[in-house]
Amino acid sequence: MSKPPLVEVEDLTVRFKGARDVYAVNGVSFTLDEGEVLTILGESGSGKSVTLKTLLRLLPENRTDIGGKVRVGGEDVLAMQGRKLADHRGGTVSMIFQDPMLALDPVYTIGEQIAEAVIRHEKVSSKAAMARALEMLERVRIPSAARRLKAYPHEMSGGMRQRAMIALALACKPKLLLADEPTTALDATVQIQILLLLRELQQEFGMSVIFVTHDIGVAVEVSDRIAVMYAGAFVETGTTREIIREAKHPYTHGLLAANLVGAKPGQRLDAIPGAPPALETRPTSCAFAPRCKHAMDICRAKLPPIRRWHDRRWVSCVLAAEEHASA
Amino acid sequence: MAATAEQLQALARIEKSPGYWQTVGRRLMRDPVAVGAGIIILILLSLAIFAPWIAPHDPYHGRMLGRLSPIGTPGHPLGTDELGRDMLSRLIYGGRLSLFMGITPVFIAFFVGSAIGVAAGYIGGTFNSIVMRTLDVLFAFPSVLLAIALSGALGAGIVNGLIALTVVFIPPIARIAESVTTSVRKLEYVEAARASGANAFTVVRVHVLGNVLGPIFVYATSLISVSMILAAGLSFLGLGVRPPEPEWGLMLNTLRNAIYVQPWLAALPGVMIFLTSISFNLLSDGLRSAMDIKT
Amino acid sequence: MTASPILQVDGLVKHFPIKGGLFGKRQVVRAVDGVTFDVAAGETLGIVGESGCGKSTTARLLVQLIEPDTGQITFNGKLLGRDLSLRELRRHVQMVFQDSYASLNPRLTMEDAIAFGPQVHGVPEGKARQLARDLLDRVGLDPQRFAGRYPHELSGGQRQRVNIARALAFEPEVIVLDEAVSALDKSVEAQVLNLLVDLRQERKLTYVFISHDLNVVRFISDRVMVMYLGEVAEIGPVEDIYERPGHPYTQALLAAMPSMDPDQRTEKVPLSGDPPNPINPPSGCRFHTRCAHAFARCGQVAPPPIELNPGHRAACHLLREEPKAA
Ligand SMILES: Nc1ncnc2c1ncn2[C@@H]1O[C@H](COP(=O)(O)OP(=O)(O)OP(=O)(O)O)[C@@H](O)[C@H]1O
Ligand SMILES: Nc1ncnc2c1ncn2[C@@H]1O[C@H](COP(=O)(O)OP(=O)(O)OP(=O)(O)O)[C@@H](O)[C@H]1O
Ligand code: SF4
Ligand SMILES: [Mg+2]
Ligand SMILES: [Mg+2]
Repeated sequence: MSKPPLVEVEDLTVRFKGARDVYAVNGVSFTLDEGEVLTILGESGSGKSVTLKTLLRLLPENRTDIGGKVRVGGEDVLAMQGRKLADHRGGTVSMIFQDPMLALDPVYTIGEQIAEAVIRHEKVSSKAAMARALEMLERVRIPSAARRLKAYPHEMSGGMRQRAMIALALACKPKLLLADEPTTALDATVQIQILLLLRELQQEFGMSVIFVTHDIGVAVEVSDRIAVMYAGAFVETGTTREIIREAKHPYTHGLLAANLVGAKPGQRLDAIPGAPPALETRPTSCAFAPRCKHAMDICRAKLPPIRRWHDRRWVSCVLAAEEHASA
Repeated sequence: MAATAEQLQALARIEKSPGYWQTVGRRLMRDPVAVGAGIIILILLSLAIFAPWIAPHDPYHGRMLGRLSPIGTPGHPLGTDELGRDMLSRLIYGGRLSLFMGITPVFIAFFVGSAIGVAAGYIGGTFNSIVMRTLDVLFAFPSVLLAIALSGALGAGIVNGLIALTVVFIPPIARIAESVTTSVRKLEYVEAARASGANAFTVVRVHVLGNVLGPIFVYATSLISVSMILAAGLSFLGLGVRPPEPEWGLMLNTLRNAIYVQPWLAALPGVMIFLTSISFNLLSDGLRSAMDIKT
Repeated sequence: MTASPILQVDGLVKHFPIKGGLFGKRQVVRAVDGVTFDVAAGETLGIVGESGCGKSTTARLLVQLIEPDTGQITFNGKLLGRDLSLRELRRHVQMVFQDSYASLNPRLTMEDAIAFGPQVHGVPEGKARQLARDLLDRVGLDPQRFAGRYPHELSGGQRQRVNIARALAFEPEVIVLDEAVSALDKSVEAQVLNLLVDLRQERKLTYVFISHDLNVVRFISDRVMVMYLGEVAEIGPVEDIYERPGHPYTQALLAAMPSMDPDQRTEKVPLSGDPPNPINPPSGCRFHTRCAHAFARCGQVAPPPIELNPGHRAACHLLREEPKAA
């Protein structure tokens, strides 16, 4: 451990204020090294996107309460202002989304958009920027890249558009790429193309990636490590192998069963009952307890203890802690 | 199947959620602007309805000696008009015709236009094209011109004015109705209802109307102000209501010569028209956002 | 599997006309282009394929929400339009859609929504309501709490249960499920799949189950049909399709499934490019533009379906070259 981690998040909390408060993120901590790929795995509403957006400070300032520490490359993200924030967004860190139409501007060609981003962050001539745009399109394996440079987003197919968005995100060689379900809306045949592309580019550029998805299969394809998120908190983290093979948290087990890992065709599944909580208050006990078949009184009384093997492998569950105590 | 006591009890225990309109009503009540506009409209309506009991003077009877007395004259708090008739009374009575001319054409056009639009939207295809293109021809004329042309052709008078305005409002309402119906028709619950084997009439009655009349109604309320202004315009041109009937548009016309003598007095009917139409517009806006209930 | 087919679909074709450009000639989307298959009573037929290959159009043709240009549908040996009226078919074949919210009328309570169908078919109101409440109970929603609610007061999973209850209200024999669990969260999806499995057993239902999720299709189906650009590429028993896929497209589709094993991640892209446009589908074998094994004949002649095993057919020229069980 010579180099400090690229990303350090400590006890991050995000609350949306409004007619009804939403406690979207409740105490998330993790670190990410350079060149590592972490997947945040969780269901709809668990707080995955909000966590990512905090890293880019994309949340509406006046309606959110953000607590905790967020550092990227040693810099305090929550304290950034003006020029520094602008360099951070799109320079050090960039993001790709589920819907490329949100990231791409419909009135400019793909080439213009990439060149513009390069000029904004690197102050190079527009010719050099256009050359970089072409290089990027080639690197995301867009066929006949020179021609596509002059194409508008709506003239491209879904998969091509996703590639163009990736090219745009990587144009300024970010140290950290945030990927918010970039393949969810795609066909499986196109999804795998994009996943493999991201994997290759990650190696080529040596960047770190935080990938958000609800699909375990996708997580396995891209990540080194997985953090399972439920009700705004990580409940279990570990390497991809540890999560798939030695899951400890009942929710992770439930997710694996729901993804039909080892399911017998036509037989009932070991499904998690109920639905996730509404998060109108901050959880004061295990948020999963109402749906957990192992839940005990203590689960409903206080926040579960954390069983920690080491920094990157831990579970927040009474069961795992007890197993540890009795061993 | 005779219901047992137990079944009846079970029935009674069913939790009833507030219905859609109840929810809309509650949301509307929380919107201060809409509530304010609604109160103003209610006041204007009651003034019009109870005019004979409220108005201090006879709106037709003037005193030639007391012509154009200013606002604040004792006995005539809002002054008198060019024939010495009490302004307050005439404004109160004027609301009757003005509101009537504003609301009735929209009301009739709401039914006719909705029927045309819903039928065109639900049936679709060639029928839709024929109906909508025909309406487009009507709609191509600016509404003011169309109203003037129609009532010019029909001749002056309240009934003819009403007919002209109704015809003016049918195409826009039918258009909205058609587009809302077309989008609702594509929704899966309508498909599911069709897949249940129900005939078109039942599907429209149960599943389409409830979901399209709301938006059409909102649009129609926003037309009331247009209708009032057009009606006033017709009267102003001498095509709608005829003197000595009190009507705000007509009053505006007859007082226009007094504009240099008593500008405030002359503006009063205009203020009423403005107040009423803006209230209807604000109410319609509030209704629109109250009806936008998200999941 | 010896059961007689409950549903026979023969040569279904549906082309949607679209507006060409200013001078463009009239074009059509060949959404479904000659689809033939059977569904046996009590079995579940899964339908898979990329977006735009005509799965939903096939489903909507099955319940006659749209009329085919040509082709026949036979239910229980009765030809639709000759021996069987549309209304009759609709009682026996019901559909559940993907979007649980758009599938429910926002102005009707859950009880009204479910009771609507039976009332249409002449069940008196009181009885229909009782039925609705029993069905709510059956799909796992307490009638006391849910009968009077409106769609926006339910979660996605709960709404989809109501949609299933509504389909059941007709006592149908066949239910067509078009991506019925795709929009749900994984944990909720598993609950709904369990419900479908239970109901199938309890009521001897036949499902036509459309999904882009190959894991789910494998889990629930007895047989699987793979579609490509409006045509049937391959159809057969689920294990045959997943273990011994005959058509190169099926092979690619299966290879595109994310691996669940961190030690065996996918290394090679199984299929490049996006699915082509159904407006101008490629000549010959429609898959030849993306097929790794394509040869001259593929671009010229459309391959006929070839029987690989009993009940397992695939339409590919390669299969003719080398006879089965080599
Ligand atoms: N701008 C916002 N204002 C208020 N609440 C918000 C806002 N953004 C997100 N939320 C709430 O925060 C919670 C977490 O949302 P988030 O978008 O992070 O979920 P997610 O895990 O990304 O889910 P999905 O898989 O559906 O994208 C949700 O309850 C959501 O409703
Ligand atoms: N009403 C319509 N008018 C014109 N084209 C249509 C219509 N319905 C479907 N299509 C087209 O027909 C083709 C097949 O559509 P369909 O919805 O059956 O695909 P699908 O296999 O269900 O795809 P998905 O997985 O995206 O749901 C598509 O190209 C679609 O754009
Ligand atoms: S802490 Fe308790 S309730 Fe929470 S997951 Fe573990 S066993 Fe279940
Ligand atoms: Mg999200
Ligand atoms: Mg579909």
